[in-house]
Amino acid sequence: MRISALSLRILRQIIRDKRTMALLIFAPILVLTLLHFVFNGNDYEPKIGFVSIPETMENQLNIKNTHIQHYKNLNTAKADLSDQSIDAYLFIANNHLSLFLEGSDPTVNSTVMKRMQDAFQSMGGNEQTNNDIKIHFLHGGSELGQFDYIGPLLLGFFVFFFVFLIAGVSFLRERTTGTLERLLSTPIKKSEIVFGYVIGFGIFTIIQTFIIAIYTIYVLGMYMEGAFGYVMLIALFTALTALTLGILLSSFANNELQMMQFIPIIIVPQIFFSGLFNLETIPDWLSWIGPLTPLYYAADALKSVMVSGMGWSMISKDIFILAGFSLLFILLNILALKKYRKI
Amino acid sequence: MSVDRIILSVDHVSKRYGKHDVLKDIHFEIERGEIFGLLGPSGAGKTTLVKQLAGLELPSEGENRIFQKPMPSLKTMEQIGYMGQSDALYGELTAKENLEFFAAIYGLKRKQRQIRIKDVLAIVNLADHENKLVSSYSGGMKRRLSLAISLLHKPQLLILDEPTVGIDPVLRKSIWKTFEQLRDSGTTIIVTTHVMDEAEKCDRLGLLRDGRLTAIGTPSDLIEETRTESLEEAFLVYGGA
Repeated sequence: MRISALSLRILRQIIRDKRTMALLIFAPILVLTLLHFVFNGNDYEPKIGFVSIPETMENQLNIKNTHIQHYKNLNTAKADLSDQSIDAYLFIANNHLSLFLEGSDPTVNSTVMKRMQDAFQSMGGNEQTNNDIKIHFLHGGSELGQFDYIGPLLLGFFVFFFVFLIAGVSFLRERTTGTLERLLSTPIKKSEIVFGYVIGFGIFTIIQTFIIAIYTIYVLGMYMEGAFGYVMLIALFTALTALTLGILLSSFANNELQMMQFIPIIIVPQIFFSGLFNLETIPDWLSWIGPLTPLYYAADALKSVMVSGMGWSMISKDIFILAGFSLLFILLNILALKKYRKI
Repeated sequence: MSVDRIILSVDHVSKRYGKHDVLKDIHFEIERGEIFGLLGPSGAGKTTLVKQLAGLELPSEGENRIFQKPMPSLKTMEQIGYMGQSDALYGELTAKENLEFFAAIYGLKRKQRQIRIKDVLAIVNLADHENKLVSSYSGGMKRRLSLAISLLHKPQLLILDEPTVGIDPVLRKSIWKTFEQLRDSGTTIIVTTHVMDEAEKCDRLGLLRDGRLTAIGTPSDLIEETRTESLEEAFLVYGGA
């Protein structure tokens, strides 16, 4: 009963504080919308050259929103690609369809790739054909499609970041305004305080994640292959980790500004190891940090569900690790409260 | 002092923070139904002592017993009302919501909660403002609401750390009237203060200075012992503020 009283109080406080509530829900929506338009460049019509592609095949391909230019020989296509008058060309070599991309702009690359994929899917949805295309780049281009994968990661990041901050600050206030002392002068158990917080913020996080996820997936059209329920489940455990870590670290801060100082130390480095940048390029002596950061698992699970359409078997490990983090932080929180009351 | 009336004993309690002695061998007892004032200059150790009595801190040496049971104990804390120096209220919530929250934390049953909330709001004279947000309250109103919270569960022992600090004389008088009413209904009250006219209203006083209990007794005892005219002068004789 004490736990539910605490949870109810937290929910009431959040609802009263309209600005904070707006921050938790609309800030992620705003940033994700901006990123969507910055990275996705939906309006861009790629120019693809078809080099001696049989007409029957071209009709089957049915490429949408693409400017198609026909070439009789490879060299003219190559020249046009070099001076960027086309973005890619399709040709047949040794009975294999091959795609040659200009490759210097990741946004263009991903658009071309997406159009081609859609086209091949409409042709028969045959995985075999898809895999059969040989893809070449004129320039770099190895990080192609990176931005298709950034969305799930950012969803996880926003849930983590905002819950960490709000929960941390609200527990910090509990301490600085003396309400924690008053709470501890009542017969409440320390574990009841921690679980009250977990449930109160847990309920709010479910609502927050639901709105943000619905918006990014159905309004912004973020790539979503798997089940929505899994996204919610991963987000909930991500939030739980962020919440318990936020409360824990708040005991090392004396005011709101000091709480903010944890952002560059605790939050930002996690982004680097969450898959935003290619993890394999991180030097070995530094790469051990990744598996220690909760966001690493959250991003991995969200990618598995949203991009690869994986199910429980693929994400269960990530979820259990996030749950483990939360449990560890909960225990540490109960221990940390000993500073304010010995029993 | 009869033994069965003793509800609180501080038994040779010392407290050290590192090398700094905050409390040195404090020893006294408090009887049921008295207003006991802890008087002393800032930094004398008053807050440290009342925090121990409220179960928030532990002594380095010695023992505090409340209702004959050693502190801290969650069971005993059910019977204690504590009000610290800060108001400790949730500004985003209304007065009633603050009271509802703490009533639930104290384990009051739903029906009883509503009755007690009405009662304590009437005691501190805030019944007309129960649905206002606490952030819109004045300093005096906040202090009174804070007091109301510590009365919710009808505690046998009330521990108040500077309850009237920053409150105007009229309001202070009405709050002290409340204390006297509570005492007459059997509640024991421990109150810290450094205001002399408040000290005079206490049944007994303990004078704290540099972590030591330098004198203890009724206000008139202390005046008589020091052969002075007023409590203020007596306080100075004992090396007070």
